[in-house]
Amino acid sequence: MKAIVTVIGKDKPGIISKVSTSLANMNVNIEDISQTIVQGNFTMLMLCDLEKAEFSLKEVKNKLVELGEEIGVSIHVQHEDIFNAMHKI
Amino acid sequence: MLNRKEILETIDMVEKEHFDVRTITMGISLIPCIRDDAKKTATLCYDRICKKAENIVKVAEDLGAEYGIPIINKRVSITPASLLTSSFCGKEIILAKALDDAAKTIGIDFLGGYSALVQKGMTSYEKSFIESIPEALSLTDRMCSSVNVGSSKSGINMDAVRLMGEIIKKTADKTKERDGFGCAKLVVFCNAVEDNPFMAGAFHGVGEGETVINVGVSGPGVVHHALKSMQGASIDQIAETIKKTAFKITRAGQLIAEEASKRLNAEFGIVDLSLAPTPVMGDSVAHILEEIGLDSVGGHGTTAALAMLNDAVKKGGVMASSNVGGLSGAFIPVSEDIGMINAAKSGAITLSKLEAMTCVCSVGIDMVAVPGNTPATTISGMIADEAAIGMINNKTTAVRVIPVPGKDVGDSVEFGGLLGSAPIMAVSPYGCDKFIGRGGRMPAPIHSNKN
Repeated sequence: MKAIVTVIGKDKPGIISKVSTSLANMNVNIEDISQTIVQGNFTMLMLCDLEKAEFSLKEVKNKLVELGEEIGVSIHVQHEDIFNAMHKI
Repeated sequence: MLNRKEILETIDMVEKEHFDVRTITMGISLIPCIRDDAKKTATLCYDRICKKAENIVKVAEDLGAEYGIPIINKRVSITPASLLTSSFCGKEIILAKALDDAAKTIGIDFLGGYSALVQKGMTSYEKSFIESIPEALSLTDRMCSSVNVGSSKSGINMDAVRLMGEIIKKTADKTKERDGFGCAKLVVFCNAVEDNPFMAGAFHGVGEGETVINVGVSGPGVVHHALKSMQGASIDQIAETIKKTAFKITRAGQLIAEEASKRLNAEFGIVDLSLAPTPVMGDSVAHILEEIGLDSVGGHGTTAALAMLNDAVKKGGVMASSNVGGLSGAFIPVSEDIGMINAAKSGAITLSKLEAMTCVCSVGIDMVAVPGNTPATTISGMIADEAAIGMINNKTTAVRVIPVPGKDVGDSVEFGGLLGSAPIMAVSPYGCDKFIGRGGRMPAPIHSNKN
């Protein structure tokens, strides 16, 4: 199962590293990544594969949301299907 | 692979525009629980609801977390209860309490279906059942009740219309310490639908399967936001944007409905394409109409703008879902919509304008507080008017009014939560006692005869 991880917040060093380390620790594979900074606002989207993950989507989400609060960015983790359903026919 | 715009759009819808799935409602047939004894029937109904809907709250919370779309209400609808109580007239309350207990045990927000369908005739057991409604609503917290008094096919049961005016008054009186709150859980329909997931009018029709999942989507805030950037656009461009937005919202609802049905081991029923407001800022149907260009909802042009909105929502939604049903359209409950509350307070919207609006949108005179001394026959008159609109136009209409005991125009009432607050609105001072007193059955309109 695949999920989209979205990280939004004020840019600072180490965001990518902390998020990807946390994902690696849970055995979540990052398949695609896109990141931009617009006027100091950091936005990163990641397509992640949870097939071999040691945690459920809900647990992965809870851990990342917690991490987001720690480093001061907003992190969303959502099943890929919701975007396909809403934006593709 | 990753479409930045689409992903961020979805996140903004939830974070900033109050997009949510308003309800997952499980319809459960309770026909197998019918016995000739009130206690036995009540116990069997309680057990069956608790077993079938045991996981509904957990599944809804899991789905909300996984897809990142909040699911606000978890509900159950049941076979119209008047069909369950025919053998124990006078003891209906035993069943009502068991239903409420079941709702509390499984942790759902509401249970609907303390209902009777008397659009053509009323049996003695249905009359006894309807007379139990005021007490049932005063003794329960999460149970909702509805009565269907008319249809395009059968006409309007004017005896039932007269009775329901009295029942609404009695319900208000029985719950007077809570400003007549019982009436917020009681709706009178014409052309009631069997698969409605929304309260207070949800029930599980006898033509339905054993266990069915119906989902109601919402999202007035999303539509409102989409229109904000369309200053100066023509009305057809506005309609097109509403259609596209409704499509996206409904697709999310369809996905959640399919997944919920799988996980709850139930049939997928329908997605109800409704724009259901809440009293919070940014979640208002009235504000969409004002964004389209009205100074205030209730002014001239309101009915036309609402007709376009309602139609565009349906057009967008229909393509997004494999099965559309329920009430599907824009809701205009007064107490549950901050824009409607403000318009009622300022006098911009009146009951007459609300009645006109119900000709072109979903449901009817909904969550309207009226003076506590409004005569029962006047309430019956309001029900008859709405039922006639529904009957003639082949649509569902309803009345959910609260004659607030001891309050009058100028006062207001606070129901709290999703039910909001409402100023008391003026009703016509001209009575209709003789009209309502006639009783009988209003014949079905000529166009009902399509065979």
